[in-house]
Amino acid sequence: MERWILTVITFWPLVVLAGVLCIPGRLERFIKWFSIVGSLPPLALSVWLWMDYSGQAGMRYVMKAPWISAIGVDYHVGADGLSVPMFFLTALLTTLSLIYSLNITVRVKEYFALFLLLQTGMFGVFASLDYFLFYVFWEISLVPMYFLIGIWGGPRREYAAIKFFLYTLVGSVCMLLAILALYFATGAETFDMLRIAEQQPFAGRGVVQSLVFWALFLGFAIKVPVWPFHTWLPDAHVEAPTAGSVILAGVLLKMGCYGFLRILLPTLPEVSAQYSLWIGVLALISIVYGAFVAMAQMDFKKLIAYSSVNHMGYVMLGIAAASSLTAADLTDRATALNGAMLQMFSHGVITGALFLLVGVIYERAHTRDLREFGGLGAVMSRYSVALWASCFASLGLPGMSGFVAEFFVFRGAFPAYLLLTCLATIGLVVTAAYLLWTIQRVLLGPTNERWAKLPDMDAREVVSVLPLMILMVLFGVYPKPILDILNGFARQLAALFGAG
Amino acid sequence: MLELTPLIPALPLAGSALIACFGGRLPGQGSYPAIATLAAGWLIALGILGQTLAHGAHPPHWERSIVWAPTGDTVLRMGLALDGLGLAMLLVVTTVSLLVHIYSVGYMHGDPRYPRFFSFLQLFSASMLMLVLADNLLLLYISWELVGLSSYLLIGFWFQKPEAMRAAKKAFIVTRLGDIGLFLGLLTLFNAVGSVAFQDIFAAVDAQLATTTVSFALPLIGKVVWPLAAVAAILIFFGAMGKSAQFPLHVWLPDAMEGPTPVSALIHAATMVAAGVYLVARMYPVFHYTDHGSLALTFVAGVGAVTALMAATIGLVMNDIKRVLAYSTVSQLGYMMMGLGVGGYTAGMFHLFTHAFFKAGLFLGSGSVIHGTGTQDIREMGGLARRMPQTYWTFVLATAALAGIFPFAGFWSKDEILLDAWLNMRWVFYVGLAGGVLTAFYMGRLVIKTFLGEPRQPDIHAHESPAVMTTPLWILGFLSITAGLINTPWNPVFHHYVSFAQAEAPPFSLAIAAAGTAAAILGLAGALAVYRWELVSASTLRRMFRPLYVLFSNKWYVDEILYALLVKPLFSVCRAAFAFDRWIVDGLVNLVGWTGLVLSRIQGWLDRWVVDGLVNAVGYAVRGAGWLLTRLQTGLAQTNVLLAFAGLVALVWLLVYR
Repeated sequence: MERWILTVITFWPLVVLAGVLCIPGRLERFIKWFSIVGSLPPLALSVWLWMDYSGQAGMRYVMKAPWISAIGVDYHVGADGLSVPMFFLTALLTTLSLIYSLNITVRVKEYFALFLLLQTGMFGVFASLDYFLFYVFWEISLVPMYFLIGIWGGPRREYAAIKFFLYTLVGSVCMLLAILALYFATGAETFDMLRIAEQQPFAGRGVVQSLVFWALFLGFAIKVPVWPFHTWLPDAHVEAPTAGSVILAGVLLKMGCYGFLRILLPTLPEVSAQYSLWIGVLALISIVYGAFVAMAQMDFKKLIAYSSVNHMGYVMLGIAAASSLTAADLTDRATALNGAMLQMFSHGVITGALFLLVGVIYERAHTRDLREFGGLGAVMSRYSVALWASCFASLGLPGMSGFVAEFFVFRGAFPAYLLLTCLATIGLVVTAAYLLWTIQRVLLGPTNERWAKLPDMDAREVVSVLPLMILMVLFGVYPKPILDILNGFARQLAALFGAG
Repeated sequence: MLELTPLIPALPLAGSALIACFGGRLPGQGSYPAIATLAAGWLIALGILGQTLAHGAHPPHWERSIVWAPTGDTVLRMGLALDGLGLAMLLVVTTVSLLVHIYSVGYMHGDPRYPRFFSFLQLFSASMLMLVLADNLLLLYISWELVGLSSYLLIGFWFQKPEAMRAAKKAFIVTRLGDIGLFLGLLTLFNAVGSVAFQDIFAAVDAQLATTTVSFALPLIGKVVWPLAAVAAILIFFGAMGKSAQFPLHVWLPDAMEGPTPVSALIHAATMVAAGVYLVARMYPVFHYTDHGSLALTFVAGVGAVTALMAATIGLVMNDIKRVLAYSTVSQLGYMMMGLGVGGYTAGMFHLFTHAFFKAGLFLGSGSVIHGTGTQDIREMGGLARRMPQTYWTFVLATAALAGIFPFAGFWSKDEILLDAWLNMRWVFYVGLAGGVLTAFYMGRLVIKTFLGEPRQPDIHAHESPAVMTTPLWILGFLSITAGLINTPWNPVFHHYVSFAQAEAPPFSLAIAAAGTAAAILGLAGALAVYRWELVSASTLRRMFRPLYVLFSNKWYVDEILYALLVKPLFSVCRAAFAFDRWIVDGLVNLVGWTGLVLSRIQGWLDRWVVDGLVNAVGYAVRGAGWLLTRLQTGLAQTNVLLAFAGLVALVWLLVYR
């Protein structure tokens, strides 16, 4: 069971996909419900994985089998504290997105089929321990998203889809080159991530090491996205269908952070430490600049998209602090990493909820212009509670999971990069400002007559948002269950960068 | 009894959730369970007080904690603790909150969102009680933000009013600005000590925080070298400045009066705004890192003094009954800070204690006035004493307490602050005295214009409020008389519970007490002279002190200055950043894309005309050659022979001459 669980989780959506393909396209309701029910087993298994892994450390559920033995490619999967929460997040957000997508009417069969393919790609990225496998899944996750944006997107969908695809493709090509460099430098004819990380083929080789570092950096930074590689994000988000935005922000961005933590830091610790200040500076810019630009938005969805740039900056700040050259001790580094990973999780939950809520209002009002709303709090009471809670979670209100994450990042980064940390607090104030202003523009004030008859959230929408709201409060009030998972990985990685 | 402490915040928290979910279906639309939770908390607090009083008035010591978050090699713990200071705060919060809950049953009667109001009020009470019970700085910070959230929700309770929603947002953002300081202070201490627990932090003060120095550059002052404790304390104090509305972060509090009046009484007068004072008291070991000349405490005293004086001057000229009281609150919070800053730990906290009761009384009284008249403008009132006698008398009692008339509550606490100031920081004493005159004057003005004289607006038909509102008024009126008696020079019970490092209370000084009382009487006499006896008319005064009047009625232009310095640049920066993002960053991306496109066009052209052109050229050449060759293939014998002969000639030529 243990060896097979990741394989089952990863490929189960393909089984469901095969089922969906066999159903005649006119049975739309059946296709929808078949996919939703089909997405439940991976969710259940990922919960089991969480329970089972809790309190442990190190790689588990490993399965390894030769695949293309001529060049040393293996089918090699495994999970640890970094990936277990990501499995859960992926499974949960997919199920909720599928539930939300019950209102899709155009080309239903293709839509659900692509979503299931996307899920396999995402699971695969988090499961792979072999570079070749990793790359394959990385690219697999790209294609369905391209079609989801390009077919079911908004008016500028083609521009956005192509921009998204090409931009990330540039990143993946850089990553592929770096992977090949690692493969040849190791010389052991293996694509095994863990073995290559152990051998550290580039230790002590200045220029080559830096080149490989920046190539990998570019591949992951575009995905995160780190300033200044972020401009595909607002376009992709604005044009993507609601559920696509949820997955994009909730999971696909996390693949970039995951790359930093799974590949870049463990494999190239020396040069990561050397350049960590640069990453910290980019993180700071992402945080402050993302917040400023978000404040200038009039489009609700674009505002949330830019807030993602701001929030992912905290993840990067944590990563930079964990790998810093300074004399931070193990606990500081581990705390920064815990904060970064917690932020990955909680950003997925919170921003997922926010995108769903933007979708709810857009489908009713057919506009996202913040200047046109107002007073909805008196019209849609369930919606207003949900939006209120999600915005406060997003601005880092204590008692919500975002706060714990940001606090840990700041705590971890404080000894390493005092100035950066202090400047990053500007982001906290501006974030509060733009989110409260958003609440004001949407929910408060006199009711606009145009919206006086908008219906409140229906069961489909409530079911897709409610679990996320529970999670943001749960881990905000009591983060121990998730830290029990994360801390083992954080300590292991922190130890690589020395204990002061 | 002590073991029941966790219930004190837990019950209202549960109540809040319960009312939020089932509001309308609960007894009294949720108000009865809400009152019950606080009554229970109040009884528990009283029980603890009774137990400790029975055992020689020793403050309680109780704590419990759980593992909250493991990180790295350490474990963060969260817990509650109760000591004398916490007990004093518990009594204040549960008492005022209970009374405000009861009062709200009448005041909010008929509001369509009545259950939600009680749900928010419960959330506030729970967070505030957690704040005073927190055993570590992180939990304090968490509760601190949660009271900020409840304050935001309650200021904006009537969210369809544009002023209310703006005031709510302003309150949250201005206090958050201060909270950044608290957050950084928390990080500084956590980083230096390795723990957030108060015990660990205080244990590290002497050995570490007071001796480690940091040097940094300050604007206007230049390079300074300060002990770490001073840096941390001042950072933490920024948080207190936001929450307790100290200059220049006081601007949110007067606007917060847009909220329902019970909220103003509970949150924006008695409890939450006092949280900053509590924070300084709680962190006092860090502020008081040295016995002589703590930088941090001087800073606290300075900010408190400026705030006390400035707010009092604005209170002189406001015409909205709640705004006068709001500026009075700001001023009194400045007094408390002054007390703490001059080393009067007990004095500052004692003033917090007494102020909570009489200021809550004043606000609930003003709520009763607004409820009865439907206006907040004192220029439209007058003569209400006959129409609303109960409100009038309780208001007068609370006013006497605030002005510091012997033997009302405010006299005792203000006197202690003045005494400590006289002993430790003489200039603060004079500020305190001047503030005393102003306080008595504006309160006298308020009472006279509201309740005395003839009604100025004939179409206002004022009526007395129902018993559910006047009963809390009488209780608070009673406390305005008696709350000061728990810390008289001959029976300093409060001092036994709340004192820093078991310090003795300074000896009572008749001269100081006389000076304070004289200041109060002077202010009241002035108010009577102007507004009651009209010896000098108010308009003459306004003309005489025109520049000052303009300054005060424009609230010292602090709002305008902050707007010009912070808000406006923020919006410009945001717009500039967005333009940069769109035209430069994304412009570059599009440029790269466009370049790719152009290159591929050029390549396409080359492909078509050069690469493919070459291929075609070869083809054309072959075809041309073929055509030429076909010219040769004429099929005529003489041409063939001629060509054969030419070939032979060439061959011979090659063979012979080469």
